Amino acid sequence: MNKQFALKCCKAAFVGLALLILYAPILLLAIYSFDKTNMIGKFEGFSLTHYAELFRNSKVLGMIGNTFLLAFLAAILSTLLGTLGAVGMYYSKKKAKMLIHGASQIPVINAEIVTALSLTVTFVAIGLGRSYFTLLIGHMVICTPFVVLSVMPKLKQMDNSLYEAALDLGASPLKALVTVVLPQIIPGVISGFMLAVTLSLDDYIVTMYTRPSGFETISTYVYNATTKGNAHTAVTLSSFWALTTIIFVVIVLIVLLSNLSSIRKKEAKR
Amino acid sequence: MRLPRFSRKTLCIPYAVFLVFFVIIPMLVIVLFAFTDKEYHISFDNFIHFFSDPSKLSTIFYSIVIALITTVICLLIAYPIAYILARSTMKKKYIILMLFVLPMWINFVLRVNAIRELFNLLSALPGMEWIESANYFKTVFGMVYDFLPFMILPLYTTMLKIEKSLYEASADLGAGWSATFFRITLPLSVPGIMSGVTMVFLPSMTNYVVSDMLGNAKVTIIGKFISDYFGNDWHMGSMIALVLLIVVFLSTWLTGGFSSEENVRGTNL
Repeated sequence: MNKQFALKCCKAAFVGLALLILYAPILLLAIYSFDKTNMIGKFEGFSLTHYAELFRNSKVLGMIGNTFLLAFLAAILSTLLGTLGAVGMYYSKKKAKMLIHGASQIPVINAEIVTALSLTVTFVAIGLGRSYFTLLIGHMVICTPFVVLSVMPKLKQMDNSLYEAALDLGASPLKALVTVVLPQIIPGVISGFMLAVTLSLDDYIVTMYTRPSGFETISTYVYNATTKGNAHTAVTLSSFWALTTIIFVVIVLIVLLSNLSSIRKKEAKR
Repeated sequence: MRLPRFSRKTLCIPYAVFLVFFVIIPMLVIVLFAFTDKEYHISFDNFIHFFSDPSKLSTIFYSIVIALITTVICLLIAYPIAYILARSTMKKKYIILMLFVLPMWINFVLRVNAIRELFNLLSALPGMEWIESANYFKTVFGMVYDFLPFMILPLYTTMLKIEKSLYEASADLGAGWSATFFRITLPLSVPGIMSGVTMVFLPSMTNYVVSDMLGNAKVTIIGKFISDYFGNDWHMGSMIALVLLIVVFLSTWLTGGFSSEENVRGTNL
């Protein structure tokens, strides 16, 4: 009995230690984001300077806006394209399905830098250069395959006879698709959309190469500020501490709320 | 006149066209650039240069070593965690799993920046000054930190699928913990190991954000290499990209094809 208890403690300690290391950098920044000074190591006193700095700087607000608008646009377009693609592939002949699926997997397994290089070289070679359009296409290339991957399993689980029944009862194929097929795959579509948003928000490499000059997202801005020194940036690095803290808190809230609502739904079903 | 009959297959035409223009053609363009010189004449100079330059080959060697170390450490940390969580009878174990995935939703660059600040703090402590110049250590730490969830999730999902009855049968037949582990858990979790390894190994060979931000620009990996050529010589850059492309396809093929990556990014939680 005692031995089992010791084993349990060991397991808990291992998982706990891993989590501690995982959260240490984030918690560190969260604590020092409320410090007066921008030196990590000494806590001089509570203040909201870094938050004020973050919200006062129009450049920073601009790049945050850019990041979210781009993620939203790329996710909407990717979800549309990917959902149509997945439905079309599901009903296609085996050979066509294999071909499209294979091509769709290329950006998934490929190194991001190779995707970025191939797109940029192509855009420049055909005279498109680098613009918001090429940036959007770049993000769609990395997001859409993941939408396809999350819609596909839902199509496979779907009850095919319902679609046939709808046709027999006089629905047009288009109507049957929208009213019968779509509701059955919608969870996959939603998770595909969410995935596309997070992939786009997270991206640095493709953004860096396909963006028009002067366009900054959180990733490119923070990367350049930290690796090339902050001489050319208007913000000190400490306002990124505040930004990290805000993003972390928002994520925790979203996860908590979605868990609460799903627990409530389960209880309501009972 | 009636429109041609609507067919469900036609829905994939936009995506197929998109893939041809923005995935297939760019790949062909890379091949074209790799085997031409700056005047667009066919040339194998890049190819020969690449394989005869010791500095390039050593970068690739280092890059592979870093990726291997990262992958092994990830596996050594992730496997016990996935095993403990999958075998746990705790009711709310998904919350702990969620805790491992949660940091992934913070912007990647901000997360690496957080690790950077942690190292800055640590290196200011007495006796910890070595961290300041331990560029390889910091790079590997950052990569393990960032790619750990990609290892935990596939391992956890495959281990969860192992039938409970197998464990019961093994216990009934008198097998101890180690016999059960080596004859049931380990062999049946191989698909999870494979997909976890590909999900960690490839980015740690190419994602130079971590090595740039944590390694004081002293650690060069293959991805950084391509990006360095991006500025001046697209043909050489394409050559390295092509080599990387082939490595990626070979390793995906060797580890059992295109694994189900939809389980990996935390969508099915």
